[in-house]
Amino acid sequence: MPAVSKGDGMRGLAVFISDIRNCKSKEAEIKRINKELANIRSKFKGDKALDGYSKKKYVCKLLFIFLLGHDIDFGHMEAVNLLSSNKYTEKQIGYLFISVLVNSNSELIRLINNGIKNDLASRNPTFMCLALHCIANVGSREMAEAFAGEIPRILVAGDTMDSVKQSAALCLLRLHKASPDVVLMGEWTSRVVHLLNDQHMGVVTAAISLITCLSQKNPDEFKSCVPLAVSRLSRIVSSASTDLQDYTYYFVPAPWLSCKLLRLLQCYPPPEDGAVKGRLVECLETILNKAQEPPKSKKVQHSNAKNAILFEAISLIIHYDSEPNLLVRACNQLGQFLQHRETNLRYLALESMCTLASSEFSHEAVKTHIETVINALKTERDVSVRQRAADLLYAMCDRSNAKQIVAEMLSYLETADYSIREEMVLKVAILAEKYAVDYSWYVDTILNLIRIAGDYVSEEVWYRVIQIVINRDDVQGYAAKTVFEALQAPACHENMVKVGGYILGEFGNLIAGDPRSSPLVQFNLLHSKFHLCSVPSRALLLSAYIKFINLFPETKPTIQEVLRSDSQIRNSDVELQQRAVEYLKLSSIASTDVLATVLEEMPPFPERESSILAKLKKKKGPGAVSVSDLEEAKGEGGALNGSGDRGADAAATSNSATLSPSADLLGLRSAAPVAPGTGSLLVDVFPEAGPASAPAVSEDGFLRHLDLPPESSDSLLVEAPGESDFEDPALPLPESDDLLYKFVCKNNGVLFENQLLQIGTKSEYRQNLGRMYLFFGNKTSVQFSNFTTSITCPGDLQTQLNMQTKPVEPLVDGGAQVQQVLNIECLSDFSDAPLLNIMFRYGGAQQNLTLKLPVTINKFFQPTEMSSQDFFQRWKQLSLPQQEAQKIFKANHSMDTDVIKTKLLGLGPALLEDVDPNPENFVCAGVIQTKGQQIGCLLRLEPNAQAQMFRLTLRSSKDTVSVHLCHLLAEQF
Amino acid sequence: MIGGLFIYNHKGEVLISRVYRDDIGRNAVDAFRVNVIHARQQVRSPVTNIARTSFFHVKRSNIWLAAVTKQNVNAAMVFEFLYKMCDVMTAYFGKISEENIKNNFVLIYELLDEILDFGYPQNSETGALKTFITQQGIKSQPQTKEEQSQITSQVTGQIGWRREGIKYRRNELFLDVLESVNLLMSPQGQVLSAHVSGRVVMKSYLSGMPECKFGMNDKIVIDKQGKGGATDDSGKSSGKQSIAIDDCTFHQCVRLSKFDSERSISFIPPDGEYELMRYRTTKDIILPFRVIPLVREVGRTKLEVKVVIKSNFKPSLLAQKIEVRIPTPLNTSGVQVICMKGKAKYKASENAIVWKIKRMAGMKESQISAEIELLPTNDKKKWARPPISMNFEVPFAPSGLKVRYLKVFEPKLNYSDHDVIKWVRYIGRSGIYETRC
Repeated sequence: MPAVSKGDGMRGLAVFISDIRNCKSKEAEIKRINKELANIRSKFKGDKALDGYSKKKYVCKLLFIFLLGHDIDFGHMEAVNLLSSNKYTEKQIGYLFISVLVNSNSELIRLINNGIKNDLASRNPTFMCLALHCIANVGSREMAEAFAGEIPRILVAGDTMDSVKQSAALCLLRLHKASPDVVLMGEWTSRVVHLLNDQHMGVVTAAISLITCLSQKNPDEFKSCVPLAVSRLSRIVSSASTDLQDYTYYFVPAPWLSCKLLRLLQCYPPPEDGAVKGRLVECLETILNKAQEPPKSKKVQHSNAKNAILFEAISLIIHYDSEPNLLVRACNQLGQFLQHRETNLRYLALESMCTLASSEFSHEAVKTHIETVINALKTERDVSVRQRAADLLYAMCDRSNAKQIVAEMLSYLETADYSIREEMVLKVAILAEKYAVDYSWYVDTILNLIRIAGDYVSEEVWYRVIQIVINRDDVQGYAAKTVFEALQAPACHENMVKVGGYILGEFGNLIAGDPRSSPLVQFNLLHSKFHLCSVPSRALLLSAYIKFINLFPETKPTIQEVLRSDSQIRNSDVELQQRAVEYLKLSSIASTDVLATVLEEMPPFPERESSILAKLKKKKGPGAVSVSDLEEAKGEGGALNGSGDRGADAAATSNSATLSPSADLLGLRSAAPVAPGTGSLLVDVFPEAGPASAPAVSEDGFLRHLDLPPESSDSLLVEAPGESDFEDPALPLPESDDLLYKFVCKNNGVLFENQLLQIGTKSEYRQNLGRMYLFFGNKTSVQFSNFTTSITCPGDLQTQLNMQTKPVEPLVDGGAQVQQVLNIECLSDFSDAPLLNIMFRYGGAQQNLTLKLPVTINKFFQPTEMSSQDFFQRWKQLSLPQQEAQKIFKANHSMDTDVIKTKLLGLGPALLEDVDPNPENFVCAGVIQTKGQQIGCLLRLEPNAQAQMFRLTLRSSKDTVSVHLCHLLAEQF
Repeated sequence: MIGGLFIYNHKGEVLISRVYRDDIGRNAVDAFRVNVIHARQQVRSPVTNIARTSFFHVKRSNIWLAAVTKQNVNAAMVFEFLYKMCDVMTAYFGKISEENIKNNFVLIYELLDEILDFGYPQNSETGALKTFITQQGIKSQPQTKEEQSQITSQVTGQIGWRREGIKYRRNELFLDVLESVNLLMSPQGQVLSAHVSGRVVMKSYLSGMPECKFGMNDKIVIDKQGKGGATDDSGKSSGKQSIAIDDCTFHQCVRLSKFDSERSISFIPPDGEYELMRYRTTKDIILPFRVIPLVREVGRTKLEVKVVIKSNFKPSLLAQKIEVRIPTPLNTSGVQVICMKGKAKYKASENAIVWKIKRMAGMKESQISAEIELLPTNDKKKWARPPISMNFEVPFAPSGLKVRYLKVFEPKLNYSDHDVIKWVRYIGRSGIYETRC
């Protein structure tokens, strides 16, 4: 590079700049610039041609003015002229101006490209370099299009100077990054790869950047670079520090090149060729060995360079993840750094260890450093290092050390930096759940967590603890006791109150035996926190109160008093007010049975991915791949709540899980929007229209859950109290309608079955009388206690049906079966079904079940044989429009004639052969026997096999019967 | 109410910082510096709202005065106060400059304590302030009880702006009518907008507690008198000379109730110099100069400009300090100017040709022509052609305002209206006086 001579000092420029710097105000500066611009304009305009020096000077001034933030709209031409100068300094300024101020002005671009082309074609290396730098600095698409073909040729040409090759490689890299589609390597690939063998280290360093970038795009094409890179690396690593002369940096041979080589190798899997692999392992070992050697210099640059190579090597080892020996060595090396003076080193060591911990080979090795890491967490000054330490602790946690790590993290939480608290809380919660050996420890941990870092405990964490407590019978008592104790602290965090309210509301009865935690004490304790809570927590507490009423009837007056107080029943918050009003009414109107049903214990939650985990992932963002990898690895660690494959599908479900975090705990909330008819849930507790009006939309246990947000405020509960006939204890199961239809055409079968209980039925009918046998089978090995059944006839059914039964044995042993006989008398025709309510205690939990009994009007059919003539005569007699019911419907089942026949026979009436002129059609006749009257019934079923449709016509002497029968039958085919 | 008051130099360094209320913190000082003084784009609004804090600023040469508040104050009041503050400082130490402020910072803090109390403006009358805030330093012997009580009674009394017992051997009175005329004219000579904003400034050296009455050719007053006097002639003649005042404001000494009911301006004047009233008119304005521009673009590289100015007032009067500023395109590379009168020069630093004429009589005209060479640029933007602006000073009021009388009554002392020597002067200056080209 030619040195700048004294004559090129450009005094005018220096004077101008110092003038600008001396300006007192912005206005003065603008004035000075205007003056200078006018001067330059007059100079450029002037007739006599400017010499190169002054041109350069003025272009420089323009550049300076532009960099001060003013618009420059002239001088481009002069700058382009400078390109054709033969002087280095003039050319340099010209290129500088162009790379700073170039815009896509077509005519100038052409001139500029021309200048660049000339310089590229020249034999002068400095000019070539300047041109290449300009192309790289501009890096526009036009540039890429113009020179993408030229530069690779320069790069691989044998006679190009080394310095030009370096520039060309870097320039190509820049163009490739800016517009990858224009830069096509194709034919040059192998020759570019062979640049790794170049004599000149600078060329290799530049080329390797290019190769790394290209091989990330299409690794296959550049696969051949691996052996070359390995051999190059081994040559550098094994060389003495003096061998490379210029490229030795503080006694470290070519540190940058080494780092880049190692990084390039990280783009590829471990080499398959044994020799190459052996050589590489040797290299890595040498690097690890060198780290152990005493430093050759005390300068910080020496250790920095050495460590840079070491960390890159460790990254490569982790990337390969196949050499246990190396992994353990790397881990030990990092362990040394954990206590290093240098903060950056400690940070890097912790970070690398985090990835090491996920490898099966080095997990154990990482674990040996647990004490140091915990120490780092506690004593480290730099918060970012502490954060890494926390990450590492999380990563290295497994069953063996979970207790220790969780305890340490908890104790650290009290002093932790605010910025990482929330993440810490999530981590503690996850670890506690994942590696819990006994649940009391888990409950203790989470409650401690809430106590220590209440504000940072997100909703998901306490949702999760409740989910787990509810799903695990064996912790419930302990949990109740613990929250009760925790609530006794004078200042409780709101989250603690929430957990406490929920758990005591559900399981307060488990600790009520102790006089120190008698129901009233529990209630008063909860209520003492009530006024300090926010609205949602208060709403939750109100639900807990109503559950108390159910659990402990003795608290009823106290709680009603609270609910009745103006601060609740006239609360300005609609939600609270509604809850207070509804709960008050519910508690004062409903019988204990109803209360027990409505306020039953929560059913277990369905198992799904922990919402906390999802939350942590979301927090980390998509960039933190390593973390989710960790989770995957941890999936097999065995979760507290069963499913081990959680990790695998975690990624898939995490999105949906985070969308509605509450859905995890209150699985019903997600169901709620599906049920538009829910209206007010509690309305259905007092059905006026009988069970038929029950919404068939909700899941089992839907109603028992009180925390479901009321969808509408038009609750009937307030209007309902006058209603007298609500001995109906609960709703039938939603599927009981289907069960009912199953039994229209048959009399025997399994009526109902779940995990606990099987109910079989067998029945026979004669005239208007019937007898039904119910068989209750205990499917579990545990005894059912308080087993009671009751039959109710809702609404008008009381006057239509007469049912009699004897009570069953209250105890049902495991595996045993009890029988119950029902005597049925049909007084008049009916359309509803009687309800069977079963209550029993299973393992301390009250079970409540309501079914529809398969007693339908058709059971009382008496078949009547008649001839074709008779049939059509009677058919015509029943010709009033209301006497006929017709339905056209699509076949749901097989249209096989035999099947249909069986069904029709099971229905009750006589199936008349050869009556209908069309042999495909079915015709039936029968009389329904009730105590009061006999109802003649004629039936015609016309199948259409092509359309898979049926037409069903029913005529009877009573219109309601026609309609009802038609409705029942339509479900059968 | 004003929460605090800061004075900055041009670099944004705080020279004076006085906080009156707790809701203004130190960070407000920096907020204004960062968001207004050092703002990337020039902040043109005098009111800036930063983080629920309002900053009202005025700029005097290189000095920024900013009043800060978190409340919803009357912005006009705050600005009135700031202007008053500037007047007071000028009265105490002359020009408001960084150096003067630094040299007088004790005095300024003293003043700020006096004229603002908990953010509420107090007496800001210079004359009154000067009686108890002095620049001489502490006198060796303290003021006598009598003097102190006199000051107290004045400051707290009904006429806070004048003390009793003033005596002059010669009762003298100076009255200046200062106007600035603003104009925007199309190239064809059509007036696009024009208005005059004027001030009546008085300097009074009168004994005792005189009662003054000021009269001018206000249209409403003249019309009323015209109706009162039955003759038609007087109504016509006065109608021509009367002016319509759009709005006006008065010094606090003027009795506003009397102005509202009778439209007469009566007052007990402060001692010394003060601004009696400010007003604005938009009708029947006498435009002292007419500018006729002629711009011709010759190709892409040359521009010919010819500007003629015509004076439009009585030939006996002389306009002074005339300056015409002709903007030049941004790519000007050279200018040749020829003018018949005065001096003209191309000022590259301001991108304009400046033509100066020392004085010019009425009903005359003068001309300048210039050839401007342009450098062709690759910028496609056309030159915006900013208007030609003009500065001048003429010895009459362009609004047509005339002082009809100024009567002085002092019942207690034995001098009458005739004994007072009165001086009246009219000065018309250019405000923004522009003609498009």
